Amino acid sequence: MKAFVVTPVLLEQHKLSEEEYKKILSILGREPNWTELGMFSAMWSEHCSYKSSRIHLKKLPTTGPRVVQGPGENAGAVDIGDGLCAVFKMESHNHPSFIEPYQGAATGVGGILRDIFTMGARPIALLNSLRFGGLDSPNTRHLLKGVVAGIAGYGNCMGVPTVGGEIVFNDIYALNPLVNVFCLGIAKKDKLFLGKAAGVGNPVIYFGSKTGRDGIHGATMASDSFDEQAAQKRPTVQVGDPFTEKLLLEACLELMSGDCLVGIQDMGAAGLTSSACEMASREGTGIELELADVPRREPGMTPYEIMLSESQERMLMVAKAGREDEVISVCRKWDLDVAVIGRVTDTGKVVLKENGQVVAEIPAKALADDAPRYDRPSAPPAYQEMLQALNYDALPDVKDANVALLALLDSPTIASKRWIYEQYDHMVRTNTMVRPGSDAAVLRVKGTKKALALSVDCNGRYCLLNPYEGAKIAIAECARNLACAGAEPIGVTDCLNFGNPQRPEVMWQFVLAVEGLKDACEALQVPIVSGNVSLYNETNDLSIYPTPMIGMVGLIEEAERTVTQWFQHPGDVILLLGKTREDLGGTEYLKVLHHREQGSPPFLNLQDEQAVQACAIRLIRAGVVQSAHDCSDGGFAVALAECCISGPKEPVGAMVQLPLNGLRRDALLFGESQSRILLSVKPEQAEAVLSQILDAGVPAAKIGAVGGSRLVIHVEGDRPTEGCTVDLDLNVLRDRWASAIPRALGQD
Amino acid sequence: MKIGIVVFPGSNCDHDCAYVFKDVLGQSVEMIWHKATLLAGLDAIVLPGGFSYGDYLRTGAIARFSPVMGAVRAFAEKGGLVIGICNGFQILLEAGLLPGVMLRNTSLNFICKDVYVKVENAATRFTHCCESGRVLRIPIAHADGNYYTDPVTLGGIKANAQVIFRYCTADGKVTPAANPNGSLDNIAGIMNADGNVLGMMPHPERSAESVLGNEDGRLIFLSMLSAFGTSEIQAGLVGA
Repeated sequence: MKAFVVTPVLLEQHKLSEEEYKKILSILGREPNWTELGMFSAMWSEHCSYKSSRIHLKKLPTTGPRVVQGPGENAGAVDIGDGLCAVFKMESHNHPSFIEPYQGAATGVGGILRDIFTMGARPIALLNSLRFGGLDSPNTRHLLKGVVAGIAGYGNCMGVPTVGGEIVFNDIYALNPLVNVFCLGIAKKDKLFLGKAAGVGNPVIYFGSKTGRDGIHGATMASDSFDEQAAQKRPTVQVGDPFTEKLLLEACLELMSGDCLVGIQDMGAAGLTSSACEMASREGTGIELELADVPRREPGMTPYEIMLSESQERMLMVAKAGREDEVISVCRKWDLDVAVIGRVTDTGKVVLKENGQVVAEIPAKALADDAPRYDRPSAPPAYQEMLQALNYDALPDVKDANVALLALLDSPTIASKRWIYEQYDHMVRTNTMVRPGSDAAVLRVKGTKKALALSVDCNGRYCLLNPYEGAKIAIAECARNLACAGAEPIGVTDCLNFGNPQRPEVMWQFVLAVEGLKDACEALQVPIVSGNVSLYNETNDLSIYPTPMIGMVGLIEEAERTVTQWFQHPGDVILLLGKTREDLGGTEYLKVLHHREQGSPPFLNLQDEQAVQACAIRLIRAGVVQSAHDCSDGGFAVALAECCISGPKEPVGAMVQLPLNGLRRDALLFGESQSRILLSVKPEQAEAVLSQILDAGVPAAKIGAVGGSRLVIHVEGDRPTEGCTVDLDLNVLRDRWASAIPRALGQD
Repeated sequence: MKIGIVVFPGSNCDHDCAYVFKDVLGQSVEMIWHKATLLAGLDAIVLPGGFSYGDYLRTGAIARFSPVMGAVRAFAEKGGLVIGICNGFQILLEAGLLPGVMLRNTSLNFICKDVYVKVENAATRFTHCCESGRVLRIPIAHADGNYYTDPVTLGGIKANAQVIFRYCTADGKVTPAANPNGSLDNIAGIMNADGNVLGMMPHPERSAESVLGNEDGRLIFLSMLSAFGTSEIQAGLVGA
């Protein structure tokens, strides 16, 4: 090996601090060589080690009667009965997607799919949470088209439906878009596979694609901030091959149906390094690899490159000794590269050899678990008080509510997302009962009477204005989406997107958001079973809004009882559950109509929220609800409009009357008060349903009826001469809402 | 009835087709690996949707060379029923078992949505449970469904009543606006001259169960079953 000297410049390139380097020296008792330095750099990166977040994440509730597998494995798993469990996780691919939107997003999908089938689960659903800048920017349009095509290209080819998602457009994300992908699979509860290198002497087998020089130091790149030079990092983005991944999926599930497998892990961030050291570390064993046996795409690759490559569609497996041939023949059947590259040892070390010569030797635990943990300083930003201060007296109340409602429906954040989800195969595997466009996606679980409801959500603006309340609301709203499908929430995965943790104000946001997630999950009794943290989301020193994305899974015992958000029958009575307050802070209305992102986010009482959700679930399960929709972005008026126009059939109108109750008119119509759900019920059942709701202690009122060709909202105090507050033709509403995104993209 | 479902590397609607035939319609199903060269005891063969060989080179262009395609061709030549759905249709075109080619959708995007198709010929073994002119709502999910052929061939398949499905409006009007992908003459599905090989872009297996909100696609499978004397009632009982 050539002479190798660790210099400060080299450490800076590897994003290792002097302190961290000292720790490496004390672990090894000597200087690391080039390969070892690279391995520490990748495993101790923020992306792999969670070094800034770990001490805070420990506070999250991760246990519950249904939890089969909590955080720490490739994905979490929750018992859904019938001997089955739902395996799910959410992950970010923000930085790669900004550098190269198609491949960045595609490989994000590929990575999360591998996390799920590595556990022995067949993936049955993908969702995504996206954040982009405003569509008036040509670069944002380029990014959006690329990301959507990338998600479609990978997921469609894999035959895993993309059944839902959410997207927000805000200039804060212009130079740091967010691409978070959620995946859920179904596994037999007693056939979950873990990433464990158990059984000294067992063979370590590599299979999938060959290793190339792509994606080297992807994990380190993902743990860095961006500037104008970001495009130069394009070579750190991997290129996906969904066809190979489909073969990998089928080969894995075929192998898992037998009994030759001991442990398995995909090669994601930090490639072969992370899979080897994590599998050994979990089991307290060691792994010895012969790098000359690793299938490679090109000759002359160094140990450093082999260990840090993030080539996609690769797996590492430990099989039972003597069963190598079975593994090899299944992999060959699926035309995959496969090679026995090492053995499990009892040394506790990852030992790498090249043609028999040791080229690296590091304790597995040191790489996987002993990264430094930081309790980084936190302090509220200087601008926080200014953000929250909003003088409502200086804001004129809404003059023309028709204009305001149309403007909100035209906002890409609220408008129909059909242009996006039509590019995703959302029906393959024939489980999709409720397609994209309702509060939650609903999938039947074949072989049972059950269905699962899935939702992803987060309002980053709320989190900016108050990270604690914003995070609470993210959980509450996600659960409310599920409740509107009649589903009881059974598990959460999160993807916490924040700025640079070395800034005290970012840490302050992070710590408070984690507190909010904790309190909301505890109140709603739903555990967090997996997740991901994405930090350093900033470009040119500008951080994104704190965006703790939530993915939640709900269980519906009787699939056919589920309902959707759109009105069903003229004549049905409309009920509004929950209380409307003067919650204008942080609303889409303020942003669109007043160009302000200010104030305090809506008030949320978790007990009230729980009561509203429980009530909605009970009524839906009793079969007395025709449609259910939660009030969120754009408030009551937007929610009601969506009930009218978002269904797959012809739109159906509504006429309602609201008391003002001393509120501002804009707050009544467009305020985003939490814990509110719009139900429609059959007229003959309306009184009985209403009294059941009130008996449960949930505030509710009968506000009108479904029918007609217009959306009409009378507010108490409307003068007959001036007409109603809102009175719009359905076709006008629908056209505006349906065409907003294609129009912004110049494709209407 | 015994149905063989071919599994190419990258097929991804194979399970869905098997589920409909087996769990919904109660038939026996055999999954056929693409390397098989002998097919025995089958009443019908399904080439399912998906991305065989990743759609690399051109949709269906590599799959047509799979060893199984020789056996599929022999089966078809003996009059066996073959249905190709989506990627299966593309493979049938590439293999020359049906005339024409597929181009990229005019939008250049993958499109997944419900469409309406009109049954142009109900006197076939794939459609005789529908009345002629019947409008079916069936989903599409493809990026390359823009059917094209030369004018002579088009004239021939039209004259010979081989155009089975055309994209239409909900009330059965065949209009340009109802054409999702630019397909020639709104063609959504065609049959060979002998009437035993059908290719269609829409996915009937995705619309064959009430729990999915739509059973129109079931009519195609029921037609195939009753062509073999399996009564609708018998078949209907299983998945109801």
